[in-house]
Amino acid sequence: MTAVPTGGPAGDGVTAVLAVVRAGALTTVQDLGRPGYAHLGVPRSGALDLPALRRANGLVGNPAGAAVLETTLMGCAFRLPEGGLVAVTGAAAEVTVAGVPVSRDVAVNVPPGGLVEIGRATAGVRSYVAVAGGIAVAPVLGSRSTDTLSGLGPPRLRNGDLLPLGQPGSADPAAAGEDVAGPDVTWAASAADRLPSPPGAPVAETDAGSSGPASDFDGVIVLPVRLGPRDAWFTPEAVETLLTTAYTISPNSNRVGARLAGAALARAVAGELPSEGVVLGAVQVPADGQPLIFLADHPTTGGYPVIAVVTDVTALAQARPGSTVRFHGPQR
Amino acid sequence: MRIHPVGATALLLECPPAEVEAWRAELWRRRAAGDLTATEIVPGERTVLLDGVATPAEVIAGWAPPPPASDVSVEIISIPIVYDGPDLPTIAALWSMPVPAVISLLTDTEFHVAFCGFSPGFGYLTGLPASRAVPRLASPRTSVPAGSVGLAGRYAGIYPTASPGGWQLVGRTDVALFDVDRDPPALLTPGTVVRLVAA
Repeated sequence: MTAVPTGGPAGDGVTAVLAVVRAGALTTVQDLGRPGYAHLGVPRSGALDLPALRRANGLVGNPAGAAVLETTLMGCAFRLPEGGLVAVTGAAAEVTVAGVPVSRDVAVNVPPGGLVEIGRATAGVRSYVAVAGGIAVAPVLGSRSTDTLSGLGPPRLRNGDLLPLGQPGSADPAAAGEDVAGPDVTWAASAADRLPSPPGAPVAETDAGSSGPASDFDGVIVLPVRLGPRDAWFTPEAVETLLTTAYTISPNSNRVGARLAGAALARAVAGELPSEGVVLGAVQVPADGQPLIFLADHPTTGGYPVIAVVTDVTALAQARPGSTVRFHGPQR
Repeated sequence: MRIHPVGATALLLECPPAEVEAWRAELWRRRAAGDLTATEIVPGERTVLLDGVATPAEVIAGWAPPPPASDVSVEIISIPIVYDGPDLPTIAALWSMPVPAVISLLTDTEFHVAFCGFSPGFGYLTGLPASRAVPRLASPRTSVPAGSVGLAGRYAGIYPTASPGGWQLVGRTDVALFDVDRDPPALLTPGTVVRLVAA
């Protein structure tokens, strides 16, 4: 058993724990990330599917920025020795509490000692598991997120880990300034979130309409893009190709970036781009011409030209390898 | 200075490399003064990225160019280095001078943190003349110890943590480059003046 250090001095009310039974493929602690340090080379990190994080927290009465578990494809399982209130959002997966199947996207009471199991994702990739009170590991630079690129934050979960939980309803210091959604607000927002998008509609740029039921994960993923800042480094044909052809999500994708396979994008300007700051959703094109879309754990600077920027990467958090992606643009 | 939009919420200011630090400092000052709203101000080799920016590009474009960055009254950070890196002979051959002369050249150079990246606390240090640019290793090392001092292109840098790396290693230091319990967590922040003194 490995106890992860708590956020405050011993005896400040952090008593409950989450006991990891099955850590799964890659289960990490995530919150809203650690913005504000990019100039020091610190990635933003944070949940890949932010709407799902916020919804899970809202369902259990946590501040939107409370830390949750983010699973990858294989789910996870844990016990709550003290019991508690849990909600699972994100990928479609079977969820059981003390052996009883329960719905996703609702708050569920876990009895003391109860086992919570999130099964393999049947659609989408990442589930978000909020426990009332939030995961109370020590914040690092204002965030409890695991950054898989730099190693900042708590390590990925391992079987037998004990994670401290915060007090339900108490203010979360790391989430100061975030709205605490009341139960009524939560249910209203949750219902609205589950409205399906019309077929073929571009991915919404707001929280609503993503990561709801399984049907949202089916079909072609349409990513809204704006060209630039380095589209001039590519041939006009390459820009046209990016905007008109389908790409496939590569199995090499991770929290750093979604790697795409498809038509190579040819450069009009040879040579190295001087290193410059990059943003979430940047479509970077390395030497092989295959685009890579930066996700939460992306490096803060890069030397490959960014042909376009995806303005909402939420759908990529749930994009399985082999999924088809199209870019919707070009807004300049 | 030219401004490129980046997605829906960021701007990339492009300027000659010699003006990057002046613009970075100016944007920092304006943010502190409340003239600029931005989550991140990230310098690069010839750019400054403003991410999470709410100030319109037209407003920023109207700002007068800042005065050149000045070293006057800037604190100089001296980092003690043990110059025993495995690539010193390679550098000596590239620069056509004996190893002690390489070390002297490095210890006599006033470096500036131009920008950070690669990993938390890794500063790209400028100050070497263009004629001293060195290639990266043809095959990167799978593990470079924390505190290793390397050269690549016209930059020097110190690995804050152990990682794979392709820079030519000239020495090492015990100084902590990145400490999450320090404010700021990075020892080398953009604009800092650095000397790599012999330990």
